[in-house]
Amino acid sequence: MQKSSNILGRIDWVTVMLWLAMMIMGWLNIYAAVYNEQHTSIFDLSQRYGKQLLWIGAAIVLAVFVLVTDNKFYFFFAWVFYGFFLFLLLMVLIIGKEINGAKAWFEIGSFSLQPSEFAKFATGLALASFLNMQRQSSGLRVMVPATAIIMAPAVLIALQPDMGSVITYFAFFVVLYREGMSIWVFVSVIMAVLLFLLSLILGNLPVAIGLVVMAAIALLVTSGYRLTLKASVIMAVTGGIAFFTGHYLLDLDTAVIITLAVVLGGIVYAWYIYRLRLRGPAIVYVFLLGGLLYLLTVDYVFHNVIQPHQQTRINIMLGIEDDPFGEGYNLNQSLISIGSGGVTGKGYLNGTQTKFKFVPEQSTDFIFCTVGEEWGFIGSVVVIGLFVWLLLRLLMLAERQRTTFVRAYGYGVFGLILVHFFINIGMTIGVVPVIGIPLPFFSYGGSSLWGFTLLLFVFLRLDAGRTDYLG
Amino acid sequence: MKDRYANRKYLIMALVLVAALILIARLFYIQIIDKTYRVSAANNALRPVMQYPARGLIYDRNGELIVYNQAAYDLLVIPIQTSAFDTSRFNEILGISMDDFRERMKGAVSYSRRTPSVFMKMISSETYALLQEEMYRFPGFYVQARTLRKYTRPVAAHLLGYVGEVDNKLLARDRYYRSGDYIGVSGIEKSYEEELRGTKGVNIFLVDVHNNIKGSYADGRYDTIAIPGTNLWSTIDISLQEYGEKLMQNKTGSIVVIEPATGEILTLVTSPSYDPNLLVGRIRSENFSLLQADTVKPLFDRALMASYPPGSTFKIMNGLIGLQENVIHPSSLFSCSNGYHAGSLTVGCHTHNSPLDLQEAVAQSCNAWFCNAFRNILENQRYGSVQDAFDQWREYLVAFGFGNKLGIDLPNELPGFIPTRSYYDRYYGKDRWKALTIISLAIGQGEIGATPLQMANMAAIIANRGSFYIPHVVKRVGDNGSPSPLYMQKYITGISPENFEPVIEGMEGAVNGGSGSTARGARLDSIIICGKTGTAQNPHGKDHSIFVAFAPRENPQIAIAVYVENAGFGSTFAAPIASLMIEEYLTGQVRRKYLEDYVLKTVITPDAKEQ
Repeated sequence: MQKSSNILGRIDWVTVMLWLAMMIMGWLNIYAAVYNEQHTSIFDLSQRYGKQLLWIGAAIVLAVFVLVTDNKFYFFFAWVFYGFFLFLLLMVLIIGKEINGAKAWFEIGSFSLQPSEFAKFATGLALASFLNMQRQSSGLRVMVPATAIIMAPAVLIALQPDMGSVITYFAFFVVLYREGMSIWVFVSVIMAVLLFLLSLILGNLPVAIGLVVMAAIALLVTSGYRLTLKASVIMAVTGGIAFFTGHYLLDLDTAVIITLAVVLGGIVYAWYIYRLRLRGPAIVYVFLLGGLLYLLTVDYVFHNVIQPHQQTRINIMLGIEDDPFGEGYNLNQSLISIGSGGVTGKGYLNGTQTKFKFVPEQSTDFIFCTVGEEWGFIGSVVVIGLFVWLLLRLLMLAERQRTTFVRAYGYGVFGLILVHFFINIGMTIGVVPVIGIPLPFFSYGGSSLWGFTLLLFVFLRLDAGRTDYLG
Repeated sequence: MKDRYANRKYLIMALVLVAALILIARLFYIQIIDKTYRVSAANNALRPVMQYPARGLIYDRNGELIVYNQAAYDLLVIPIQTSAFDTSRFNEILGISMDDFRERMKGAVSYSRRTPSVFMKMISSETYALLQEEMYRFPGFYVQARTLRKYTRPVAAHLLGYVGEVDNKLLARDRYYRSGDYIGVSGIEKSYEEELRGTKGVNIFLVDVHNNIKGSYADGRYDTIAIPGTNLWSTIDISLQEYGEKLMQNKTGSIVVIEPATGEILTLVTSPSYDPNLLVGRIRSENFSLLQADTVKPLFDRALMASYPPGSTFKIMNGLIGLQENVIHPSSLFSCSNGYHAGSLTVGCHTHNSPLDLQEAVAQSCNAWFCNAFRNILENQRYGSVQDAFDQWREYLVAFGFGNKLGIDLPNELPGFIPTRSYYDRYYGKDRWKALTIISLAIGQGEIGATPLQMANMAAIIANRGSFYIPHVVKRVGDNGSPSPLYMQKYITGISPENFEPVIEGMEGAVNGGSGSTARGARLDSIIICGKTGTAQNPHGKDHSIFVAFAPRENPQIAIAVYVENAGFGSTFAAPIASLMIEEYLTGQVRRKYLEDYVLKTVITPDAKEQ
């Protein structure tokens, strides 16, 4: 009893207010997006804004419910939650309902629930609990199982397949970074993703050449120009050998030839690096060779392992395959609506572009179009500002924790919201490829709203009890 | 508690700020600096106008144009962009009533207030010209160019098929189509839809409040160009097709003509038919209902779908199989005393000389001879049982294309029917049937059905002495295209070429032989026609008249199957019609006007079968 009356004084009201403000602004924009003179009652349950009002009400109930539960509950049941949601993700593959080509939904009566939205919460808890158990080490013995905890649900979601949700799971690497994952692992992961995307967009050869050039620059910065010159000469010689044998005798792909040249160069160079214990050049070399081998693997996997329709989907996502009636057209419509908003916007309910239903999913994934068109640059900056405020606030809250558990969980919440925020808004204005994920607290949809509310309020509850002793 | 990595929070904080700055910088650029996204007036709107490519043209085998396109226009409306206008003038131009106007407007609004929907389909060029002049007075309306199919000759309706609007089922399945698009619904239009349709383009225009197109949006950066459909060269000889349809007028049935050396279909007549121009444009749905309600079933493609018993024409098959199985010999003699008698069973036959050899039996169509031959096939000691021999017999038929779809490049083909062993097992009990039980198969009656296409293919196989190409109706796709590899593949039937000669000898005798020959009405002085008559028993009325033939005997140019429903013996109608078709195709003109008149003047309506 005492606890639940205390809790009001101890929860972070700034975050709660930001949460409420975002939900209200989101709802106003959903109303505008589906606005129609014939249905003006805001409680009309046949319209999305009517339903969203219902979801918001339920989200508030959920928030209150989370706040009155004991914070130890989340600590001790972290693995139960995790196991339960892994099971649900498995079940949805079997008995789920297919919407837009992904088997991601449970259909309960007339409502559909997306377990992947809630699995993020469980993953965040499990990851935090795992990290909390570790005493000191931040090496491989911690980071490999931690990565497995993140990837298990991600792999199940990839099977749906819902690539947008999978990508959001990379948000948890922020947690690992904060808890001590080697910066090189981090750099490698980013490089791997970048290389994958670049090799698909540009092709193998330019990326391979780019890698070599970048390695040369890195060498120049870390080890000076004399060493770089020596390395370049070696590379030129081995490159020449590899080219003549590879190109004329074996008819190899040029990217393969470059890789061969680097391997040869490495063999020649190895004794030199070893004798002088040159750490910088060694790291550069390992990255270069690793990058090239990875590149060839990606190419092979993409063209020989992945199914053609999945290739097409990835290609469309990356804008390689032109699809004037599909993604390309949508992005264009999104840009027009946001771009036409100007400084101050066209005014609430006065947007013209979003109303033409040219922008698909404009109340869900493309809700930011309405913001950009009707509220203009100023409104857009306000929304971005709110997110930045929320994110920095979450950082501050996470950093004031005494336990790794709550801090790691807080970083998980932070990471997920950051990734959704950046990718969602980014895709509507052409900064990132179109990936179908919602804008937290703004987009239409119960699963997403409840999922994020659950994430956020469990953190607020844990934060409110930060002075309590937790394992 | 040690927290070695506490400093990392600053980098993470920086990450947030960088992310926000990237978004804000980009927003600043597209919302404030880049004017291309700013539409000048508040009510300006973008209008996507689909560029529909012209559908591919269709030529006949001699390069004569048979299907082309004609311009037509759809009037579209975006309800939210309309404002008060002179509706009476508007209705006057379109020739519609106020009620009609309200009805159409209501339909458009209920579809969507903000996206374009078709207000009126396929308005004429004249109306379009009138409307275009006053378009500025009707904000929210605009016109989109479409094309309609036109046919140079009023024939080959089933073969060519027609074009209609896509249905909702397909819309959900195929991303290419949008509501209101056209798609090939039957015939060549359907089977070659992807080649014929081309690729749609879209022009995005800026439109002001006065319904004037102000120009291309973003200098056409987002426009795509329509690519016209590919032209097709059909294997059809359109003149022969027209002649065939003329001969079949006032009769029910089908003519299928194939070039044996290639499998190319020269003519594919089904009768009754209709003028393909009836199923084009706004009159289509109305005419379609009329055709559908017609009791003579003009929409039914008899050439590919009707399964008739092949009758005596099937004796050829039993002759060939018997020879190949070595159970009969060209000189085998079987006697016939007005039919075949075995115990209480009798298969009747007409009066003729007896005994006959194979060649005479084909020429005079002796039932008894083929009952004996069929029995020899099924009671062959080489096989353990009648049932095993039956399986072998059926295998030959399947190799000839019976009992399965041949795989013609047209939709709706049906497989016909050849009974299986298990079919009879179910009917008579397992292995409790013998040759005599199913003896009617010997003369092509009983539980057996073949389409006219399959029968024509059989004639082509005989002409080729044992091999065939799958019959097809398109020769070339595109100006320099080739036929599909599917139709370049030669099929072998398993009957040796030398076994065809005695049967062909008999078929020549049937047309050109002396008294007793069944198809003398098909005789042509200048060319040796080899043929076989047939009469398909029809439980519903008068028998169907059948004739299959090829010509000339050496180096055959044409193989043909003719079915005339309710016309009685094969020799009465089917044979003369086939003969006329062969004469027309091989000599270029028909000299036997008396025969042509006889065929043309005959009326066999379905009502006649009641008598």
